Amino acid sequence: MTRDSAATVDNMTTDAAKPGYRVIPVRHWGRLAAGIVTVALLASIVVSFARAEIDWSVVGQYFTYHTILTGFMVTIVLTVVAMVIGILLGVLVAVMRLSSNPVVSGIAWLYVWIFRGTPVYLQLLLWFNIALIFPHVGIPGVFSGRTVDLVTPFVAAILGLGLNQGAYTSEVVRAGILSVDEGQGEAAKALGLPSGALMRTVILPQAMRVILPPIGNETIGMLKTTSLASAIGASEVLNESQHIYLVNNMIMELLLVSAIWYLIAVSILSIIQYYIERRFAKGGSSKALPLTPWQKIVWFFTTRRSLA
Amino acid sequence: MNTQPLVRVEGLHKSFGPQEVLKGVSMEVHSGEVVCILGPSGSGKSTLLRCINFIEEPTAGLIFVGDEIIGHRRTPDAAVLQQVRESEIARQRQDIGMVFQKFNLFPHMTVLENITHAPRLVKHIAAGPAKATAMDLLEKVGLANRAGAYPRQLSGGQQQRVAIARALAMEPKLVLFDEPTSALDPELVGDVLEVMKDLATGGLTMIVVTHEIGFAREVADRVIFVDDGVIVEQGTPAEVLDTPSHERTKAFLSRVLS
Ligand SMILES: Nc1ncnc2c1ncn2[C@@H]1O[C@H](COP(=O)(O)OP(=O)(O)OP(=O)(O)O)[C@@H](O)[C@H]1O
Ligand SMILES: [Mg+2]
Repeated sequence: MTRDSAATVDNMTTDAAKPGYRVIPVRHWGRLAAGIVTVALLASIVVSFARAEIDWSVVGQYFTYHTILTGFMVTIVLTVVAMVIGILLGVLVAVMRLSSNPVVSGIAWLYVWIFRGTPVYLQLLLWFNIALIFPHVGIPGVFSGRTVDLVTPFVAAILGLGLNQGAYTSEVVRAGILSVDEGQGEAAKALGLPSGALMRTVILPQAMRVILPPIGNETIGMLKTTSLASAIGASEVLNESQHIYLVNNMIMELLLVSAIWYLIAVSILSIIQYYIERRFAKGGSSKALPLTPWQKIVWFFTTRRSLA
Repeated sequence: MNTQPLVRVEGLHKSFGPQEVLKGVSMEVHSGEVVCILGPSGSGKSTLLRCINFIEEPTAGLIFVGDEIIGHRRTPDAAVLQQVRESEIARQRQDIGMVFQKFNLFPHMTVLENITHAPRLVKHIAAGPAKATAMDLLEKVGLANRAGAYPRQLSGGQQQRVAIARALAMEPKLVLFDEPTSALDPELVGDVLEVMKDLATGGLTMIVVTHEIGFAREVADRVIFVDDGVIVEQGTPAEVLDTPSHERTKAFLSRVLS
């Protein structure tokens, strides 16, 4: 009871007119203390980085070095292609798993079991060395070739990351499809929609609200997981950094160059994710959409009462 | 009536696992007829409706609607039927509208999009004519001013009237209503029943599962009383509601009318 009334006061203070009274807002001493401690810790970390024997001019110099830039592009392309493959496979496998045909759903289950059940690093190594099992690949009469020529580190990385992602995404998509009320499918059926159109125009758009947040997280995860492809020699940004520091020994500087590029890419992805999620919230809730981060910052500085 | 019935249900059985829910139901509905189905909870009324449009596949029995045998195709040999695939059943369902207890409007589409979606996608009607038809229907159910709203912005009664318009947009020969007013606040029931009365007067063939005895009495051409998966009795509203001949009907009516 007392907690409730305190919370109510807290929510209404600022400028609420209370005729005849001066209202003293609640002071959040805990928040203030936590804020001070956090800022102090951050400052000390920044200072130690600044004092450490890191040659920041080297960081700046290599930040836009051409192999770093091409490496970063490879990282982005790997992320995008692997996610596209992962999502297409994920939707396909999710629909297969929900099929009433036991062979179809069994195959889908087996795929998820294998690719989710083994480390992605191991899968990358397997694809890279696939020539040991299938020395030649081809479609009879169309083309044929040696596997080693075809499965370059880049291709192996795409296969490994994409197929692994497909297994994870299918579980996310399946959960999304199952989250949609059964009545939706029945209503669409009753209108004469064939099953493909029903899935595409009625079920999946509604499943998106459940599917998108984890897919956004997994895209961000994928961006970083592509660094594992450096182990099979795919020339993504971390691999390029390593090439440089193995020569000039500026290890920490070049790792920082990569780190900064990752942070930039992740930040951009987070913003994109945020606005896509807002878009798909349409019609899903009678509540107003929450504030955008920018609106929150503006709110924070205009009301000046969140810290103390 | 000597004419061919629009709907003929023959020896319909439906089991869910070991539980037999429909135990041999046969009935006919003629074109333009309004048939109300009454019966206690769990007696199989919803299942009967859902078997008619094959949302639930019957365990045994046949459903004739117009020239079609739902889920089947005739073969040159009159004694042999070919089962059809899901896409063909989808085509057969175009002639059978359905209105659900919980409306089941598509929440990610506006009212207008809800109504035009199937005609555009399934019947390939162009955007302009589809919209014109939808607006006519919205006018009919008294919601022409809410075309741009999302379902969640509407009251239950308004949602149900949109759902009725959505079903009618496919120009069905028959519309199935499964307790269309049971999920509504009492003060909203009247609007929906009013729309349904208009449709009945307009000659639409309707099969209505309902607990609204007043509606059945006033609008139905025939009332069917179902209990425990069988049709116990049927006849005009006066026959079934005022002078029921079976004990189970009497017991049910005394419960709902008290
Ligand atoms: N999909 C299903 N799986 C298993 N059992 C089901 C299923 N659908 C219905 N049943 C069972 O079939 C019986 C009849 O259900 P049905 O919904 O047809 O009854 P009803 O007459 O419509 O009842 P109500 O008036 O409560 O809507 C019930 O015992 C129900 O539990
Ligand atoms: Mg029911």
